[in-house]
Amino acid sequence: MAELSTTSDTLTTAKAQPVRRKRIKISNIVDHAVLIAGAVLMLLPVVMVFLTTGFEDTDILRNGLRIDVGPHMGENFSNAMFERSGFTEAITGMRMLTNSLILGVGFALGKIAISLLAAYAIVYFRLRFATLAFWIIFTTLLLPLEVRILPSYEAIQRLGMTNTYGGLIIPLIASATATFFFRQFLMSVPEELAEAARIDGAGPVKFFIDILVPLSRTMIAAIFIIMFVFGWNQYLWPTMITTEESMFTLVRGIKQIVAVLEGGTIPEYGKSLALAIIAMIPPVLIVVFFQNWFVKGLTESDK
Amino acid sequence: MAQVSLSNIRKVYPNGFEAVQPSDIQINDGEFVVLVGPSGCGKSTLLRMIAGLEDISDGELRIGDRVVNDVDPADRDIAMVFQNYALYPHMTVEKNMGYGIKNRGASKEEIARKVAEAAGMLNLTEYLTRRPSQLSGGQRQRVAMGRAIVRDPALFLFDEPLSNLDAKLRNQMRIEIKALQRRLGTTAVYVTHDQVEAMTMADRIIVLNGGRIEQIGTPSQIYHNPASTFVASFMGAPPMNLLEGRFDNGTVMINGGTALMPSPLQRSGPITVGIRPEDVLLEPTGPLPFQVDIVEELGAHRLLHGRLEDQNFTVHVDKETHVSPGALRIALKQDALRLFDVKTGQSL
Repeated sequence: MAELSTTSDTLTTAKAQPVRRKRIKISNIVDHAVLIAGAVLMLLPVVMVFLTTGFEDTDILRNGLRIDVGPHMGENFSNAMFERSGFTEAITGMRMLTNSLILGVGFALGKIAISLLAAYAIVYFRLRFATLAFWIIFTTLLLPLEVRILPSYEAIQRLGMTNTYGGLIIPLIASATATFFFRQFLMSVPEELAEAARIDGAGPVKFFIDILVPLSRTMIAAIFIIMFVFGWNQYLWPTMITTEESMFTLVRGIKQIVAVLEGGTIPEYGKSLALAIIAMIPPVLIVVFFQNWFVKGLTESDK
Repeated sequence: MAQVSLSNIRKVYPNGFEAVQPSDIQINDGEFVVLVGPSGCGKSTLLRMIAGLEDISDGELRIGDRVVNDVDPADRDIAMVFQNYALYPHMTVEKNMGYGIKNRGASKEEIARKVAEAAGMLNLTEYLTRRPSQLSGGQRQRVAMGRAIVRDPALFLFDEPLSNLDAKLRNQMRIEIKALQRRLGTTAVYVTHDQVEAMTMADRIIVLNGGRIEQIGTPSQIYHNPASTFVASFMGAPPMNLLEGRFDNGTVMINGGTALMPSPLQRSGPITVGIRPEDVLLEPTGPLPFQVDIVEELGAHRLLHGRLEDQNFTVHVDKETHVSPGALRIALKQDALRLFDVKTGQSL
């Protein structure tokens, strides 16, 4: 690509000014070589997984991953999405995709709502021990889900929330990271804005909804992207809390298909690889479409 | 429209710092009052207490005939213009200006009408759909003014509204604000640290220093009869010359030998003598020797910085008077001397 465009550049300049020739710097070539090598290294496994979905399970079992195009791609993808599977035959790829989306979106929105409110309380209200409260929230960074998984499971199980979306999402939505980001952002909002709003007759709720939420929208978008991907990729907690197959998420569903190997039948490699590809698509789309917002949210703000 | 009265208003912060000492101020209906003083003198605190953004530690604040000590800022019938404009960045000019009355439950038509009216007054009509970030500093300041006007309050509060603007725009906005306030007839309290703004805009000036009111008076009173050495040196550019002197045999003298004037008071001992730079005449036969060190050229006039005997002294001369550094003789205009107590700094 790079070489191509450089050549065409050289051609056009050569036509206009025959004497001058654009020189290609060695360092440019090296830079691009490193970049291309890196990109290939990162993308090749994904491409191989994608191409391998074009073959039958027995073929894959014999020959491993492929880098040529096979005939069964459509069939494998449609099986992955629409064929009922699992022990109880209660789940399709569509269902898993829906579950994953609910988890990802609920997880991200829940985190944003909770942390924005927490940050608002810490920054704008003269609470006793507000700083202490903030640092306590902050120390929960040291206690990720994996550390508190037994008590969390116990609590959710006793509340009867296993195999529900609530049980899947709620224990995960407290977020020290997001609270910290929002706190830093709100602290940078000029105090006069709050005072002007007070004189303009906006109470605490109105000020929050009319002024702070719209001001934080790039920040909210940035955190939404991070948290959506984070939620989408959750594996351990959904595995613990969902025992009914109809509640499975994509990430855990893939594993379920491959696990059949232990049962003596040939695992549905084509189908699970197709699911793996599908599982990658939403986070990629979100990042691609929202990357402008993402960069804006983390670097600039219109205050 | 309303008069404002502060009786014994005082501000003490929890750490014991007394930002405003007990102060009494009466502001008449429609009056433009400027609070002026160096930074940290308590002028902003005083304004914020009137606005309700700071609690009043002691005393009574009335706006109109209502005691408003414990009334929420939103219900005090005031509007405030901030130094950094404090416009809502995500709202258009129109929304910014209408937000206050929208919160008070005004109808859509009423909001549109009042915003259009204020925008017309401030030449903002063509900018109504823009965001604050698309406006220049002067335009943003106008929007902030418009937001205050739309509210149609009893009292305008200005917190150093011009200090973020460049000098030229500041002069222009100074006149605009003053004219607007005249036209609307709304009582206004204006805080600034710029004595030129205070002099040019105020009906009455309140000079503050260290949380204490030094003097309240019209610009002319403040300038010609400063109540203390602080006011004398703060108001006026260049400030009043303050010389060390003393009473001796019924005469005011400086530097032991130079007599300035017959003493108006039966006193003896040291005294501070104040002389405005423009109350001095250059006369070849004048009674006082003046050594010019530097001539400061200001176009419309010149400032001669130098020494009277061995004390710093500045003389203001008009542009027709050409002077080069060296020894001169000067005379004082009649009634040019102001006398202050050395210890308290108060006018005698």
